Amino acid sequence: MYSEDELRKIAEAKQKWHQSMVAKVIARYPESKPGFETSSGIELERAYTPADVGGLDYLEDLGFPGDYPFTRGVQPTMYRGRLWTMRQYAGFGTAEETNERFRYLLKQGQTGLSVAFDLPTQIGYDSDDPLSEGEVGKVGVAIDSLEDVEVLFDQIPLDKVSTSMTINAPAPVLLAMYAAVGEKQGCSPKALNGTIQNDILKEYVARGTYIFPPKPSMRLITDVFEWCSTEMPEWNTISISGYHIREAGSTAVQEVAFTFANAIAYVQAAVDKGLDVDTIGPRLSFFFNSHMDFFEEVAKFRAARRLWARIMKERFGAKNPRSWMLRFHTQTAGCTLTAQQPDNNIIRVTLQALAAVLGGTQSLHTNSRDEALALPSEDSVRIALRTQQVIGYESGVASSVDPLAGSYMIESLTNRVESEAANYIKKIDDMGGAPAAIEKGYIQQEIHDSAYRFQREVESKARTIVGVNAFTVQEAPPKGLLRVDPAVGERQTRKLVELKKRRDSGAIAAALDAIRGAAETQDNLMPHIMRAVKAYSTLGEICGALREVFGEYSPSGAL
Amino acid sequence: MIAHALRDAGMEVIYTGLRQSPEQIAEAALQEDVDVVGLSSLSGAHMHLFPKVIEKLRELGLGDVVVIGGGIVPPEDVPALLKAGVKKVFTPGTPTSEVVEFIKQEVRA
Repeated sequence: MYSEDELRKIAEAKQKWHQSMVAKVIARYPESKPGFETSSGIELERAYTPADVGGLDYLEDLGFPGDYPFTRGVQPTMYRGRLWTMRQYAGFGTAEETNERFRYLLKQGQTGLSVAFDLPTQIGYDSDDPLSEGEVGKVGVAIDSLEDVEVLFDQIPLDKVSTSMTINAPAPVLLAMYAAVGEKQGCSPKALNGTIQNDILKEYVARGTYIFPPKPSMRLITDVFEWCSTEMPEWNTISISGYHIREAGSTAVQEVAFTFANAIAYVQAAVDKGLDVDTIGPRLSFFFNSHMDFFEEVAKFRAARRLWARIMKERFGAKNPRSWMLRFHTQTAGCTLTAQQPDNNIIRVTLQALAAVLGGTQSLHTNSRDEALALPSEDSVRIALRTQQVIGYESGVASSVDPLAGSYMIESLTNRVESEAANYIKKIDDMGGAPAAIEKGYIQQEIHDSAYRFQREVESKARTIVGVNAFTVQEAPPKGLLRVDPAVGERQTRKLVELKKRRDSGAIAAALDAIRGAAETQDNLMPHIMRAVKAYSTLGEICGALREVFGEYSPSGAL
Repeated sequence: MIAHALRDAGMEVIYTGLRQSPEQIAEAALQEDVDVVGLSSLSGAHMHLFPKVIEKLRELGLGDVVVIGGGIVPPEDVPALLKAGVKKVFTPGTPTSEVVEFIKQEVRA
């Protein structure tokens, strides 16, 4: 953008500025610390100039919104056409209670659904399993069979909303249940819109809701890719998630790097199975965190888009432009919420949401102020949704695409995040890819080291957390927290007893046998799971049948 | 994170991993002959599961083991947990040094 001569002059002038002005000022009024850096440890300049982005080639590296390498966004008009999807993650108690919350959110102007499941559902146990005790309906809705999913989406037209489901190890089962409810509502699965998380690798490193060992888990994922390519072509078959990696304490660079290392493993597995990269590529979606370090976050989203486009085009030879596009959901960073002075969290969430919007997210969840204390109350969720609406409808930031492009600092950080993430990916490639690096514990260790460093900075007060290690006050205990009715477990158990009386037990036994049989071979499991779901087999029964064949994963050398 | 800080403070730490049942936790405490059991719950199941662990520890004759807890625990739940036998509940934002100090005092005494 500047000639070499101009860049040299700018660099020289900066040098002079430093000597003649900055040095003198610093001598009398030292800066507050010796150096400034981002969360990823990228050292920050006092002031950025064109010389910091001298190598930037506008057409090659940025291009136009909607065009390769998509640094500036995946659509040509972005939010001028339609704002991002406002999608609040919700779920607790029974399907009845969650259905009520969903309908409340839609009435408040939310534009997509996002289902939170309770822990037993996420690890494939029914509500009446002894291991489920105390956990039923706690962190999400309890789902045991198709019957619960029918209630969950009662009076919600699945042909009109898109639904995201945070479900991983049992993803094929919940996907089958959703498709079956769609059919019952008269909507062909072919027309259903939505996403299942279906990202098992990050469960091993950061989130913890795995069931099966890596190999059969990867097979379930590619089975979903294959089945959806013909049966649910509009569906996002995976949401490859950096969110939880970041929540576990990684830096922004590590979030991008480890997410893409996992993504590369999924694409490679699909290609190895004989699937066409341009069939599955356009259905891949991503999920990132939006954290406190504002400019680094904006740069992270832009860098991620460019890096993914290059990976798909250059590494996998994808030809369909839709395969090159990094489409992602964003959630603000739960780990930055404080139990102290919880209203301060509204401001944190606002900044994080703004970074996600300036970074060009496709959909957004804003956390509620009370989430360091409990599941969010209805009032808190409304404020969180209003935060998005104020950004979208009032602030004007959605009127021009990628408005921070061309900022010397943003472009410099975008370059740095991209190149440092690429270095990590290279290192992981050399170890044999993400599954091997996870097995060695490399990724877990890297995340842990970053998390520990952060915690030490907070405890030594090198890093200020407002209301926690500075600016503290005596507080009255918070009021109005949401309580999940402890009787949910009993209610779900009663429903299961009733269901088991009504079902055709012969059909159930046959369907579960078919699942076991298919699991032993290379047959795609989805049609068998679909059949079992429609006969009202429970989630625990289906996952149990798969456990018998696949076994269970047990982590070794945990930190 | 906590495990790392405790190890740095010179303690021996056995991390049992995620999703352990109260029976498994009590069993591990017995096997490893521990002084302290640290529980964490982020799911809101603490009111059910923490007292259950204490019950199982007592059944195994480990009533004198110090049980501490943490996680997403609303302040109003803390008195009931203390009454059930949890020695202390550390809520979000607690410096790890505070946990280290507490354990040192409890175990020394």
